[in-house]
Amino acid sequence: MNPAQQSNTQPDFMERKNSRLASFLAWIDARFPLTKMWKEQWGDYYAPKNFNFWYYFGSLAIFVLALQIITGIFLTMNYKPSADQAFASVEYIMRDVDWGWLIRYLHSTGASAFFIVVYLHMFRGMMYGSYKNPRELIWIFGMLIYLCLMAEAFFGYLLPWGNMSYWGAQVITSLFGAIPYVGNALLEWIRGDYYISDVTLNRFFALHVVALPLALIFLVVAHLLALHEVGSNNPDGVEIKKLKNAAGHPVDGIPSHPYYTVKDLMGVAFFLIIFCAVVFFAPTLGGYFLEHANFDPANRLVTPEEIAPVWYFTPYYAILRAVPNKLLGVALMGIAVLVFAFLPWLDRGKVKSIRYRGWTFKISLFAFVISFICLGYLGMHKPTPQTIVAAQIFTTIYFLFFLAMPFYTPNEKTKPVPERVTYHDH
Amino acid sequence: MSAEATKDDNAIDPGRRHFLVVATTTAGLIGVAATAVPFLASWRPSARAKALGQPVEVDIGKLDVGALMKVEWRGQAIYIVNRTPEMVAKLPANDPNLKDPQSENKDQQPPYVNPVTRSLKNHPELLVLVGVCTHLGCAPLDRFGPDAQLGASWPGGFYCPCHGSRFDLAGRVFKDVPAPDNLKVPPYKFVSDTLLMIGADPGVA
Repeated sequence: MNPAQQSNTQPDFMERKNSRLASFLAWIDARFPLTKMWKEQWGDYYAPKNFNFWYYFGSLAIFVLALQIITGIFLTMNYKPSADQAFASVEYIMRDVDWGWLIRYLHSTGASAFFIVVYLHMFRGMMYGSYKNPRELIWIFGMLIYLCLMAEAFFGYLLPWGNMSYWGAQVITSLFGAIPYVGNALLEWIRGDYYISDVTLNRFFALHVVALPLALIFLVVAHLLALHEVGSNNPDGVEIKKLKNAAGHPVDGIPSHPYYTVKDLMGVAFFLIIFCAVVFFAPTLGGYFLEHANFDPANRLVTPEEIAPVWYFTPYYAILRAVPNKLLGVALMGIAVLVFAFLPWLDRGKVKSIRYRGWTFKISLFAFVISFICLGYLGMHKPTPQTIVAAQIFTTIYFLFFLAMPFYTPNEKTKPVPERVTYHDH
Repeated sequence: MSAEATKDDNAIDPGRRHFLVVATTTAGLIGVAATAVPFLASWRPSARAKALGQPVEVDIGKLDVGALMKVEWRGQAIYIVNRTPEMVAKLPANDPNLKDPQSENKDQQPPYVNPVTRSLKNHPELLVLVGVCTHLGCAPLDRFGPDAQLGASWPGGFYCPCHGSRFDLAGRVFKDVPAPDNLKVPPYKFVSDTLLMIGADPGVA
């Protein structure tokens, strides 16, 4: 049925307006697959009807990405990527540009919000086995997004040219110096100078505002195309495509539009309440979102009292510091990030969702999350002999979760998985 | 039949096609790799960065015995310490507690400095170090005297506040700290009795 027929009962002018719109759309569709793409990717994309709270974070991540790109574009209009002017230009944005403070705080808070949302999104995937067959590629695209996001955050953190920016970049680029034989040459190549200088700042700016955002957008599109090809997992880990109705739609699926459009918008509204509270009332969040040492300009002769990365990197930083050998520490830190990508093959469990998995996986996942949080806490604070031992214990648990997986997952005692998703009307 | 097929202009020769595909792809990839060179090479220190990284002259005439001065070379702090003869005499006593007492890692100092005192033959007291911790690049602090935080057995040296690495008064790293190597000694030479040149080897004009 076409829209014109549908609007039979409506006044005449609406009918004419609708038919004009329909013919305009037809004109577009003959030249560009607009309606087709909309239907495939969202309008007629049937998602499981039992999505819960944990399914907000994917759409929230897209929302934050858009927010970062828009605020970022406006920040570049006043920011100067040079060692002489960078710090002052950020102060200028904060004090003299109309609403500049808001745009910058949205961007700086957005960086932390991005990681909160992405960490919860990853945890959702781990809980419900969303990385398992046939969604391995979705998971791998996701891990590449996570890697790009980390690089993006790292490059962006140098740009304000505060003292923590400077020494943070100094420490992180030094990690490459640990690589045998080529380390020093590589270090000089990355920095483009014999130290973190104007040259380094300028190239980090280029990577932060052009290269990595492009890579991120490309990967997000790939992530979504793969998802809409395979279909979404759900809290029961049941494949809804197995049972279809006469129209060929999954019986346990609902079209994303309007159902999940409305749900996700409501998630965005709720997110914005918390997000705006931080932006307006606690933009530094006590030094966790914007570190205090960064309110001093970069000084290459004075190291801040304590160098700690922003909270989202601290679990890995704690792993780095837990290892007494520099090269091994750097290697373990890298592996700790990359090991997520191997989850689809490390996990030999036959059941996807944690609802029906055995106690071994439940306890392991719990221990992993505790370790990740504790490492994050330890990475924020000055190491003492006791906390280094603690970090070593949590690092061991962190790696055991992944590396012991092929041994504790195959024979776990699972509960029977239902044929269809479990769903209760409210 | 095969003779006829080869005569036919429209027949496909799979071997020839395969060869052409491989040859074209290889030539294309070599082209792409060659094109990547200028882009990757543009990341190396520029002529200006190299010029700014030239050796610097430092007047040490006013440096008191037992004192430290900091100068900048290539954006790094260079520590210059005018050690007392006692400080130098006590250095070998640290050897059992050090990772690399004989400075066997040749990357960390020029060949013409003494491996234990890590100074030039004619100026054994003068210590010149790059003030960058070999762990993750923080700036070590001078802790030449007794220090409550570092314990009663502390012989004097450098302490990195970031991750607790310790070095002796020749910049040699202690055992059981995260820093893997001794602090780096930059190339340097004496231009006159009180004038140092950091970044240049002796005997080179």
